[in-house]
Amino acid sequence: MSLLATSPVLRRERRPLSFWLLGAVFAAFVLFLYGPMFAIFVLSFQGPEGGLTFPMRGWSLHWFAQLWEGIGVIDIGAALRRSLLLGTVVMGLTVLFSLLAGLAYRKKLPGGTLLFYVVVASLIMPSIIVSLGVGLMFRLLDGGVKLWLEAHWPEALDTFTTTLGMFSSGLGAQLTWTLPFGLLIMFAVFNRFNPAYEEAARDLGATRWQTLRHVVLPLIGPSLVGIGMFGFTLSWDEIARSSQVMGDVNTLPLELQGLTTTVTTPVIYALGTVTTLVSFAVMGLTMVLMAVWRRRQGRR
Amino acid sequence: MKPTARTAALAWLQAAPLAAVFAVFFLIPLGLIGMVSFWQATDYELIPAFSAENYLSIFQGCGDSLVTAGQDTCVTLKTYASTLKFSLITWAVTAVLGFAIAWFLAFHVKTQGMQTLLFIVCTVPFWTSNVIRMISWVPLLGRNGLVNQTLLGLGLVQEPVEWLLFSEFSVVLAFVHLYTMFMIVPIFNAMMRIDRSLLEAARDCGASPWQTLWHVVLPLTRTGLIIGSIFVLALVMGDFVTVGVMGGQQIASVGKVIQVQTSYLQFPLAAANAVILLAVVLMMIVALMRLVNLRKEL
Repeated sequence: MSLLATSPVLRRERRPLSFWLLGAVFAAFVLFLYGPMFAIFVLSFQGPEGGLTFPMRGWSLHWFAQLWEGIGVIDIGAALRRSLLLGTVVMGLTVLFSLLAGLAYRKKLPGGTLLFYVVVASLIMPSIIVSLGVGLMFRLLDGGVKLWLEAHWPEALDTFTTTLGMFSSGLGAQLTWTLPFGLLIMFAVFNRFNPAYEEAARDLGATRWQTLRHVVLPLIGPSLVGIGMFGFTLSWDEIARSSQVMGDVNTLPLELQGLTTTVTTPVIYALGTVTTLVSFAVMGLTMVLMAVWRRRQGRR
Repeated sequence: MKPTARTAALAWLQAAPLAAVFAVFFLIPLGLIGMVSFWQATDYELIPAFSAENYLSIFQGCGDSLVTAGQDTCVTLKTYASTLKFSLITWAVTAVLGFAIAWFLAFHVKTQGMQTLLFIVCTVPFWTSNVIRMISWVPLLGRNGLVNQTLLGLGLVQEPVEWLLFSEFSVVLAFVHLYTMFMIVPIFNAMMRIDRSLLEAARDCGASPWQTLWHVVLPLTRTGLIIGSIFVLALVMGDFVTVGVMGGQQIASVGKVIQVQTSYLQFPLAAANAVILLAVVLMMIVALMRLVNLRKEL
């Protein structure tokens, strides 16, 4: 039987009908995924007279120039810089905390199962609930801080506004969303990791730290870059968990969500094109980094 | 210290940052929601108390509307009915679509390179902004959009079709657009683990393709299907962004109620709503998990 199955002539069976039907479904799905995005990409190059829909009235970079100048009172440049900065911090912490936790789970971690369930619960928890909870916690904290200031440091009471902010509540809320992905990837990585390399290093007299630094980290490096990409892009596009916790300022996706109801010109498509390009640039950069890293390992 | 105790301590030291994030930004906030849901509030401050008033006001009139015939359903039940409806429709569509696509990738695409490539093609949009993916339907479905232009041009309709955008239809469409990925990934993962000789055995024993699907592949991909279902149901049940943007801010959802109440600083009421939503979502998840375990025991 196995002889028949591997024989090249007999194995080339005719494609069944289901192949063509499912192939058509798949093609339609890809068109469904990418078609609309391609439409706004094209429409962001509308001429100055153009509207939100086809046909194109000339081609120009007019709407990108408009975007650069800002939309109404909203400083898009500042929001973009804030989002980039927050995304970078989230990325760094996601990689670091996931790596450490991943290493912890390779040892005996009492209560590790419980922690894992909490992480998974955070992943599937409706985001509005997390956002509400974190926002609430910081508002209650505000109340506490105000009481304390009143009692001990009344002069500072006037300048104190809130503990809510991008790098306090905002950062924490986003980490509850990025860390589950990071930890799950770490599990996948270490499941396939061959401990023989570490044993060899230890047998050759390497310390724990040397083994980690010179053996483990270079081997799992490409995956860490992948976690970094997850961390950045998830933060860069995050709305639901960020919505109640950013304090006085807004990230780019939050501004964008507000703009959907008010803006009626292609400038919003230009903004969409720019944010999508940033996402793609991060992804492309990640792929290149991972490929370079893998190749360097191969050469050694 | 004994070596095992030392490793355990070291392990916890390493897990500490991650554990701290979830303790401070996940567990404590959830506890606070539970606590504040029993509090009272004025326009500008929260009043610690213990009363069920928030819950009572949420369900006010609901009892009557269920008993008395002809009376309108109360707002809360209506909102939940609408949210559940979106969840179930989205779940059904994404499950069937996700299963079909995963099937194509897992069983019809022969080379691994091609499989990886097509899989990446399916997951790339996940990395881009949800809001952008939503508004990208505007030039297609709007009053003067491409679909209406085509329909008018072909003479199929005399007036532009209005229900394409900012309607329940567009909300479901956006959900399917955004969340099918969450079905494809776990189902594909489960299918890739199926031993191919099982399919061959089924065929050799005379099973039709449908019988193979129903009696061999579906039971073996059940876990993937259920993981995907949990994701999709939890995402849609708590959603407020998609319903807001694609529903033209006209359609109610539980998540949107919570968001609006929060922005008006009605925290106790929002917290009570969040507790109820959490209970409903948990019940759905527990029911789904039962589905896995029960079958395993049989």
